[in-house]
Amino acid sequence: MSTGMRKSHKKQLMDTIKEGGVGFAFLVSALVSVAAVILISIFIFANGFSAIGKIGVADFLLGEKWKPAMGLFGIYPMIIGSIYVTLGAVVIGAPIGIMTAVYLAEYCPKKIYPLFSGLINLMAGIPSVLYGFFGLVVIVPLIRDNLNSQGMSLLAASILLGIMILPTIVAISQSSLKAVNPGYYEGSLALGATHERSIFAVKMKAAGSGIISAVILGVGRAIGETMAVIMVAGNQAIIPKSVLEGVRTMTGNIVIEMGYATDLHRQALLATAAVLFVFILLVNLAFSIFLRRSSQ
Amino acid sequence: MKKNKITIKDTNLYYDDFHALKDINMEMAENEITAFIGPSGCGKSTLLKSLNRMNDLIEGCKITGDIRLDGEDIYGNMDVNLLRKRVGMVFQRPNPFPMSVYDNIAYGPRTHGIRSRVELDEIVENSLRGAAAWDDFKDRLKQSALGLSGGQQQRLCIARAIAVEPEVLLMDEPTSALDPISTAKIEELVQEIKDRYTVVIVTHNMQQAARISDVTAFFLLGELIEMEKTDKIFSVPKDKRTEDYITGRFG
Repeated sequence: MSTGMRKSHKKQLMDTIKEGGVGFAFLVSALVSVAAVILISIFIFANGFSAIGKIGVADFLLGEKWKPAMGLFGIYPMIIGSIYVTLGAVVIGAPIGIMTAVYLAEYCPKKIYPLFSGLINLMAGIPSVLYGFFGLVVIVPLIRDNLNSQGMSLLAASILLGIMILPTIVAISQSSLKAVNPGYYEGSLALGATHERSIFAVKMKAAGSGIISAVILGVGRAIGETMAVIMVAGNQAIIPKSVLEGVRTMTGNIVIEMGYATDLHRQALLATAAVLFVFILLVNLAFSIFLRRSSQ
Repeated sequence: MKKNKITIKDTNLYYDDFHALKDINMEMAENEITAFIGPSGCGKSTLLKSLNRMNDLIEGCKITGDIRLDGEDIYGNMDVNLLRKRVGMVFQRPNPFPMSVYDNIAYGPRTHGIRSRVELDEIVENSLRGAAAWDDFKDRLKQSALGLSGGQQQRLCIARAIAVEPEVLLMDEPTSALDPISTAKIEELVQEIKDRYTVVIVTHNMQQAARISDVTAFFLLGELIEMEKTDKIFSVPKDKRTEDYITGRFG
């Protein structure tokens, strides 16, 4: 009797240790991510701020001339470039993405649904350099041949990014549409409303915050995209006067010059990364606010 | 004898292979309250949803026979949206839209083309009065309907249904998600509105059927077992199965 009890105590103790050990392993894994984020932030901001200090906040953020050889480090054209390209991507990608989500959630016949959603998920997995090639081979020549432009332009980058943010927007919009209380739709039909009115006036309204957060996440993807943009944007470090002119983004600025930059030039690129990081943080903040609102 | 509002003839309904309603024949008179009672899965809600064709949404649902509203075949040439305007519905779970109280009620009329603010204001007020909810709601028309209590939400849903001026009001266990006080208010309301509407109410609460309905229909395993004046069916049921059910022997 007593030995039996002792055994079970021992077993319990072992179980506790095992559980504790497993919990510890999870904790360590979680800490790796946290530590990575914190280290990246410290690295970027510490390096970035010292460069901004040397160049001057106004000269750096609002300076319109980026000429490293002459000691001019104004990233205003790149800030504007990133904003333009992202806005362009949203203008093109958001309506198509949201309508695609509505189609998939509300209209798509069951038989072709797996094909459709599978292809859209595949879009999310295509490496961005392949998108860049597509842009270079298809979109840029189309613009060059038809629109009196050299081709590599704000427009090309916007179209390409508009396509690239589609899977993000479609997936999140679709899941927020599907999460809408089915009672809303039925309630609307029961009042004599059509399928269309029930979707657009009730369901999309109910899914509104979720759809907005989908677009915001798309913005995050667009503003951070690098490779594909460089391949089609032209990369002139000047503020474009029309959508047909070339543009350089913050991400592009960093990648193009990092390979050979030294000293203050190199630091200025790290400072560019810091500004980009602030943008990303703001986008994420907005995203989580809307996501919280949509889950209420 | 009152005029027949709804006539159901030889109606069968299948969910794929499952025979959910079997040879239903019944008539519901204008401005009366008809209660459908029976154990879970007996087909009472299914039949209710056939009356405004909400079953159309369910995949694999097939219906045969003849259901008429004022003599018109509702599965024939009738426009389904117009049918649903004429035959309103209140659901088991209150389902106000995520909008203001005002917009909830105005939704139906707007759907059917009313745009004038003055007209909508009037409809909203009348509908809320009709649902005995004006005094409670008049100061919070702009508030979100999602912040209301369950009982208030359900009265709002009744007001919303009334706002499109239906002829028939279908109620699918409208009080099953509510507390006793809210339930009493809804029951009172149902009796008040029967002068203007033909009401069909599904309930699993026999006392509720006894309290508020004029006629009660008892369903079992997809069959209509008995349909009688409410006071009669609860005092002298004809069928043994009805008696067993209302005396609580099963269900």
